[in-house]
Amino acid sequence: MARLSAVLATTHHPFYLKATQLTPPEERMPQAAEWQQKVESYRETLTAADPDILVMVGADHFHQFFSDNYPTFLIGKQPRYDATFYNEEREFGIPPYLLEGHEDLSGYMLQGLLDRGFDFSVSHELKIDHSIICPIITTRPDADLPIVPIYTNIFAPPLPSPKRFWDLGRAIRSIIDEYPSDARIAAVGSGHLSLELGGPRQFGETGPDPVFDRKAIDWLASGDIDAILENVTHESMAGAGNATHGFMDLILMMGIAGPIEASYVDELDLFHTREMYMTWYPEGDPR
Amino acid sequence: MSRYYVNKFLYQVDGDPELLAAYKAEPEALVERWERDYGSRLGTNHTIERTTWLGFTPEERRALVEHDYVTLFEQGAHFFLCLTIFIAIYDDDYVARSGPLSFQREYAQKLAHWLGRDYPTVAL
Repeated sequence: MARLSAVLATTHHPFYLKATQLTPPEERMPQAAEWQQKVESYRETLTAADPDILVMVGADHFHQFFSDNYPTFLIGKQPRYDATFYNEEREFGIPPYLLEGHEDLSGYMLQGLLDRGFDFSVSHELKIDHSIICPIITTRPDADLPIVPIYTNIFAPPLPSPKRFWDLGRAIRSIIDEYPSDARIAAVGSGHLSLELGGPRQFGETGPDPVFDRKAIDWLASGDIDAILENVTHESMAGAGNATHGFMDLILMMGIAGPIEASYVDELDLFHTREMYMTWYPEGDPR
Repeated sequence: MSRYYVNKFLYQVDGDPELLAAYKAEPEALVERWERDYGSRLGTNHTIERTTWLGFTPEERRALVEHDYVTLFEQGAHFFLCLTIFIAIYDDDYVARSGPLSFQREYAQKLAHWLGRDYPTVAL
């Protein structure tokens, strides 16, 4: 059976590459070097797990999908994936990528999800957006592993419940555990802590709700799903910032790991967001 | 209010450099052109199949023509689409004049009367 070698949950800040590498050194923000150092340390947690395949979790930000047909949960099943849309390149400076896919695991995952009551949409012409490319850039910049991309709707309400994200993570875990392969699989997902976009609390000196961020990191780091399900609702997330619902993808990642303590937790208070870098090793810390 | 139709405008124009440049240079003409053609395309990419019944209210059309993101926010246009398209239109000019993030902070300031209140829903 396959081995789940690591689960990574990270915020995705689309300006990481621009801020730390594409901007000339003399024009970089004061935190650029610290930011890059933290990201490179975090990357080692994935490298140490020595994965063969990456199950990637993200959300389309109205790039490929729009409200004429926006999927609640979707998996890609393709030999390859283009990545980065014109308007992401324009705004964030993220370059295009061509990623290898892992069709066999995509198909096994899709069937396993259907069997477990998660009626996924499937795409055979999916283009990947920054929710998946950002963690590729930060945790696997060579982009040299085949991926299985999973998209969730944290973006175009009405949204599934936080519990549904947890349950989906648990289902993905059981499918990985049963996958008949010697492959080492890592799951890498991105989302947000408190976040405001296009509202009065955007681009402040800190994220819109540092109190929520503190609790959220502590809940995830300790595997405390009960506290999350008790405290986190669509309304409470909206209260923390209008784009905070991306936190549900971090709950999903903890669902893949299970209710266990994280082995690696780091954070960085940046302008307008708190970045979080978390790794669980459900089958033991390889470091 | 057709939040869906306003979002469709923002989505299509933001994703097309030619439409975006026209929306910056001559917004009224672009909004009219979009309504004549792109707005009625079924979904976002069809060129043959059409939707016959969608349209803007006069207030939505005015807000789009005037780049009035405060009204768009208050009518429930999607926050991400609004922010992205107006950053594309204004950010470079603001950075050159007033420094990084000056547009984004002015945008926030113009919405400050919503602090502490439930925002208009973006749900469809």
